Amino acid sequence: MKKLIANREIDINEEGYLVDFKQWDREICECIAGECNVVMTEKHWEVVEYLQDKHHKEEPLSIRGIKKSGVINIKEFYNLFPGGPLKVSTKIAGIPKPKSCI
Amino acid sequence: MGTKVKKMLFILSKATIENVYAAFVMANGARMEGIESEIFFTFFGLEAIQKKKLENLHVATVGNPAMHIPTMLGGLPGVEALATKMMKKEMEKLDMPPVGEFLEILSDSGCKLWGCKLAVDMFHLKEEDFIEELDGIITIGDFYSRADQDGTHLLFI
Repeated sequence: MKKLIANREIDINEEGYLVDFKQWDREICECIAGECNVVMTEKHWEVVEYLQDKHHKEEPLSIRGIKKSGVINIKEFYNLFPGGPLKVSTKIAGIPKPKSCI
Repeated sequence: MGTKVKKMLFILSKATIENVYAAFVMANGARMEGIESEIFFTFFGLEAIQKKKLENLHVATVGNPAMHIPTMLGGLPGVEALATKMMKKEMEKLDMPPVGEFLEILSDSGCKLWGCKLAVDMFHLKEEDFIEELDGIITIGDFYSRADQDGTHLLFI
Protein backbone atom coordinates (compact mmCIF):
# COMPACT_ATOMS: atom_id res chain seq x y z
CA MET A 1 0.00 0.00 0.00
CA LYS A 2 0.95 3.64 -0.34
CA LYS A 3 1.34 6.26 2.34
CA LEU A 4 2.06 9.96 2.12
CA ILE A 5 5.31 10.58 4.01
CA ALA A 6 7.07 13.95 3.74
CA ASN A 7 4.67 14.80 0.87
CA ARG A 8 5.77 11.79 -1.13
CA GLU A 9 3.94 8.59 -1.97
CA ILE A 10 5.89 5.81 -0.26
CA ASP A 11 5.28 2.05 -0.54
CA ILE A 12 4.84 0.41 2.84
CA ASN A 13 3.56 -2.93 4.17
CA GLU A 14 0.60 -3.37 6.54
CA GLU A 15 2.86 -2.75 9.58
CA GLY A 16 4.21 0.50 8.18
CA TYR A 17 7.66 -0.76 7.10
CA LEU A 18 9.13 0.51 3.85
CA VAL A 19 8.92 -2.01 1.03
CA ASP A 20 11.51 -0.41 -1.22
CA PHE A 21 14.67 0.87 0.47
CA LYS A 22 15.41 3.12 -2.53
CA GLN A 23 12.58 5.36 -1.35
CA TRP A 24 14.33 5.92 1.99
CA ASP A 25 16.21 9.11 2.75
CA ARG A 26 16.88 11.28 5.79
CA GLU A 27 13.68 13.27 5.36
CA ILE A 28 11.51 10.14 5.19
CA CYS A 29 13.48 8.75 8.13
CA GLU A 30 12.75 11.78 10.31
CA CYS A 31 9.04 11.62 9.49
CA ILE A 32 8.78 7.93 10.43
CA ALA A 33 10.83 8.61 13.58
CA GLY A 34 8.39 11.37 14.51
CA GLU A 35 5.47 8.95 14.18
CA CYS A 36 7.33 6.61 16.57
CA ASN A 37 7.91 9.51 19.03
CA VAL A 38 11.64 9.47 18.34
CA VAL A 39 13.64 12.64 17.76
CA MET A 40 16.73 11.80 15.74
CA THR A 41 20.14 12.59 17.32
CA GLU A 42 23.67 11.80 16.18
CA LYS A 43 23.50 8.51 18.10
CA HIS A 44 20.22 7.57 16.41
CA TRP A 45 21.78 8.12 12.98
CA GLU A 46 24.75 6.01 13.96
CA VAL A 47 22.46 3.12 14.94
CA VAL A 48 20.37 3.52 11.78
CA GLU A 49 23.50 3.30 9.64
CA TYR A 50 24.67 0.22 11.54
CA LEU A 51 21.29 -1.51 11.02
CA GLN A 52 21.22 -0.66 7.31
CA ASP A 53 24.77 -1.90 6.88
CA LYS A 54 23.86 -5.22 8.55
CA HIS A 55 20.74 -5.51 6.41
CA HIS A 56 22.64 -4.88 3.19
CA LYS A 57 25.18 -7.52 4.15
CA GLU A 58 22.20 -9.85 4.78
CA GLU A 59 23.29 -10.44 8.37
CA PRO A 60 20.33 -11.14 10.68
CA LEU A 61 19.61 -8.59 13.39
CA SER A 62 19.18 -9.59 17.02
CA ILE A 63 19.52 -8.03 20.44
CA ARG A 64 22.63 -10.15 20.97
CA GLY A 65 24.09 -8.59 17.85
CA ILE A 66 23.42 -5.12 19.27
CA LYS A 67 25.32 -6.08 22.44
CA LYS A 68 28.32 -7.05 20.31
CA SER A 69 27.98 -4.21 17.79
CA GLY A 70 30.38 -1.78 19.45
CA VAL A 71 28.04 0.99 18.25
CA ILE A 72 25.61 1.03 21.15
CA ASN A 73 24.88 -0.99 24.28
CA ILE A 74 21.50 -2.58 25.03
CA LYS A 75 20.50 -0.08 27.73
CA GLU A 76 21.09 2.91 25.43
CA PHE A 77 19.35 1.09 22.59
CA TYR A 78 16.18 0.73 24.70
CA ASN A 79 16.40 4.37 25.73
CA LEU A 80 16.82 5.66 22.17
CA PHE A 81 14.01 3.61 20.67
CA PRO A 82 11.30 3.14 23.30
CA GLY A 83 8.49 0.62 22.81
CA GLY A 84 10.44 -2.26 21.27
CA PRO A 85 13.87 -1.10 20.08
CA LEU A 86 14.59 -3.42 17.12
CA LYS A 87 11.03 -3.09 15.83
CA VAL A 88 11.09 0.70 16.01
CA SER A 89 14.66 1.25 14.82
CA THR A 90 14.30 -0.97 11.74
CA LYS A 91 11.12 0.85 10.76
CA ILE A 92 12.96 4.16 11.01
CA ALA A 93 15.92 2.73 9.08
CA GLY A 94 13.62 1.72 6.23
CA ILE A 95 14.51 -1.98 6.42
CA PRO A 96 12.27 -5.02 7.17
CA LYS A 97 11.21 -5.93 10.69
CA PRO A 98 13.57 -8.65 12.02
CA LYS A 99 12.06 -12.13 12.12
CA SER A 100 14.25 -13.43 14.95
CA CYS A 101 12.78 -14.41 18.35
CA ILE A 102 15.89 -13.34 20.26
CA MET B 1 -7.32 -1.72 24.35
CA GLY B 2 -8.11 -3.59 27.58
CA THR B 3 -6.85 -6.92 26.26
CA LYS B 4 -3.35 -5.81 25.33
CA VAL B 5 -0.50 -7.42 27.31
CA LYS B 6 1.47 -4.73 29.14
CA LYS B 7 3.49 -6.72 31.64
CA MET B 8 4.61 -10.36 31.85
CA LEU B 9 5.61 -11.88 35.19
CA PHE B 10 7.33 -15.26 34.95
CA ILE B 11 7.89 -17.72 37.78
CA LEU B 12 10.69 -20.12 36.89
CA SER B 13 10.77 -23.17 39.16
CA LYS B 14 12.90 -25.55 37.07
CA ALA B 15 16.50 -25.60 35.95
CA THR B 16 16.42 -27.82 32.88
CA ILE B 17 17.74 -25.98 29.85
CA GLU B 18 14.47 -26.16 27.95
CA ASN B 19 12.54 -24.52 30.77
CA VAL B 20 15.14 -21.87 31.50
CA TYR B 21 15.36 -20.87 27.85
CA ALA B 22 11.57 -20.85 27.52
CA ALA B 23 11.40 -18.29 30.31
CA PHE B 24 14.33 -16.24 28.96
CA VAL B 25 13.13 -16.17 25.36
CA MET B 26 9.63 -15.12 26.41
CA ALA B 27 10.86 -12.50 28.88
CA ASN B 28 13.26 -11.06 26.31
CA GLY B 29 10.61 -11.28 23.58
CA ALA B 30 8.29 -9.25 25.75
CA ARG B 31 10.86 -6.47 26.21
CA MET B 32 11.53 -6.46 22.46
CA GLU B 33 7.81 -5.81 21.91
CA GLY B 34 7.72 -2.98 24.39
CA ILE B 35 6.10 -5.13 27.09
CA GLU B 36 7.48 -5.03 30.64
CA SER B 37 8.82 -8.33 32.01
CA GLU B 38 10.14 -9.77 35.25
CA ILE B 39 11.31 -13.24 36.32
CA PHE B 40 10.96 -14.75 39.82
CA PHE B 41 13.39 -17.64 40.30
CA THR B 42 12.21 -20.21 42.81
CA PHE B 43 13.17 -23.74 43.85
CA PHE B 44 15.37 -25.33 41.16
CA GLY B 45 14.94 -22.25 39.02
CA LEU B 46 17.51 -20.66 41.37
CA GLU B 47 20.23 -22.72 39.66
CA ALA B 48 19.88 -20.46 36.62
CA ILE B 49 21.06 -17.41 38.60
CA GLN B 50 23.84 -19.02 40.66
CA LYS B 51 27.24 -18.01 39.36
CA LYS B 52 28.75 -21.47 39.81
CA LYS B 53 25.85 -23.41 38.31
CA LEU B 54 24.29 -21.42 35.52
CA GLU B 55 26.57 -22.59 32.74
CA ASN B 56 26.11 -26.23 33.73
CA LEU B 57 22.38 -26.67 33.26
CA HIS B 58 21.22 -29.83 31.53
CA VAL B 59 18.41 -31.01 29.32
CA ALA B 60 16.30 -33.75 30.96
CA THR B 61 16.79 -37.11 29.25
CA VAL B 62 14.84 -39.15 31.80
CA GLY B 63 11.07 -38.85 32.04
CA ASN B 64 11.00 -36.79 28.87
CA PRO B 65 9.10 -38.69 26.15
CA ALA B 66 9.96 -36.05 23.56
CA MET B 67 13.62 -37.15 23.67
CA HIS B 68 12.50 -40.33 21.85
CA ILE B 69 15.05 -42.52 23.60
CA PRO B 70 14.22 -45.29 26.11
CA THR B 71 14.07 -43.94 29.66
CA MET B 72 16.65 -46.49 30.83
CA LEU B 73 19.09 -45.30 28.18
CA GLY B 74 18.52 -41.71 29.23
CA GLY B 75 19.66 -42.61 32.72
CA LEU B 76 23.02 -44.03 31.67
CA PRO B 77 26.09 -42.03 32.70
CA GLY B 78 27.01 -39.39 30.15
CA VAL B 79 23.78 -39.49 28.14
CA GLU B 80 22.41 -36.32 29.71
CA ALA B 81 25.72 -34.53 29.14
CA LEU B 82 25.82 -35.64 25.52
CA ALA B 83 22.23 -34.57 24.82
CA THR B 84 22.95 -31.23 26.49
CA LYS B 85 26.07 -30.71 24.39
CA MET B 86 24.13 -31.41 21.22
CA MET B 87 21.33 -29.06 22.18
CA LYS B 88 23.75 -26.26 23.08
CA LYS B 89 25.42 -26.67 19.69
CA GLU B 90 22.08 -26.29 17.93
CA MET B 91 21.24 -23.23 20.01
CA GLU B 92 24.57 -21.63 19.20
CA LYS B 93 23.79 -22.07 15.48
CA LEU B 94 20.64 -20.00 16.03
CA ASP B 95 22.72 -17.35 17.81
CA MET B 96 21.05 -18.07 21.15
CA PRO B 97 23.27 -16.70 23.92
CA PRO B 98 24.57 -18.90 26.77
CA VAL B 99 22.71 -18.56 30.09
CA GLY B 100 25.10 -16.01 31.64
CA GLU B 101 25.09 -13.74 28.61
CA PHE B 102 21.32 -14.10 28.26
CA LEU B 103 20.90 -12.88 31.86
CA GLU B 104 23.05 -9.83 31.08
CA ILE B 105 20.93 -9.09 28.01
CA LEU B 106 17.72 -9.44 30.03
CA SER B 107 19.00 -7.16 32.79
CA ASP B 108 20.24 -4.54 30.31
CA SER B 109 16.86 -4.73 28.56
CA GLY B 110 15.10 -3.72 31.76
CA CYS B 111 13.79 -7.18 32.70
CA LYS B 112 13.78 -7.43 36.51
CA LEU B 113 15.30 -10.58 38.02
CA TRP B 114 14.19 -11.72 41.48
CA GLY B 115 15.21 -14.59 43.77
CA CYS B 116 12.55 -16.30 45.92
CA LYS B 117 13.31 -15.72 49.61
CA LEU B 118 11.77 -18.97 50.82
CA ALA B 119 13.74 -21.10 48.34
CA VAL B 120 16.97 -19.16 49.00
CA ASP B 121 16.60 -19.88 52.72
CA MET B 122 15.70 -23.50 52.09
CA PHE B 123 18.79 -24.15 49.97
CA HIS B 124 20.98 -22.12 52.42
CA LEU B 125 22.12 -19.77 49.65
CA LYS B 126 23.74 -16.39 50.17
CA GLU B 127 23.63 -13.20 48.15
CA GLU B 128 27.20 -13.77 46.93
CA ASP B 129 26.12 -17.05 45.30
CA PHE B 130 24.05 -15.11 42.81
CA ILE B 131 24.78 -13.09 39.68
CA GLU B 132 25.32 -9.36 40.05
CA GLU B 133 22.35 -8.60 37.80
CA LEU B 134 19.92 -9.94 40.42
CA ASP B 135 17.55 -7.13 41.49
CA GLY B 136 16.85 -8.63 44.89
CA ILE B 137 15.55 -11.50 46.99
CA ILE B 138 11.84 -11.10 47.66
CA THR B 139 8.78 -13.02 48.86
CA ILE B 140 6.02 -14.27 46.59
CA GLY B 141 3.82 -11.57 48.12
CA ASP B 142 6.30 -8.91 47.02
CA PHE B 143 6.28 -10.46 43.56
CA TYR B 144 2.47 -10.39 43.33
CA SER B 145 2.55 -6.72 44.23
CA ARG B 146 4.61 -6.18 41.05
CA ALA B 147 1.41 -7.05 39.13
CA ASP B 148 0.40 -3.45 39.58
CA GLN B 149 -1.37 -2.62 36.34
CA ASP B 150 -4.08 -3.80 33.96
CA GLY B 151 -2.77 -6.10 31.28
CA THR B 152 -0.38 -7.95 33.65
CA HIS B 153 -0.04 -11.70 33.15
CA LEU B 154 1.60 -14.32 35.37
CA LEU B 155 3.14 -17.46 33.95
CA PHE B 156 4.49 -20.43 35.91
CA ILE B 157 7.23 -22.46 34.26
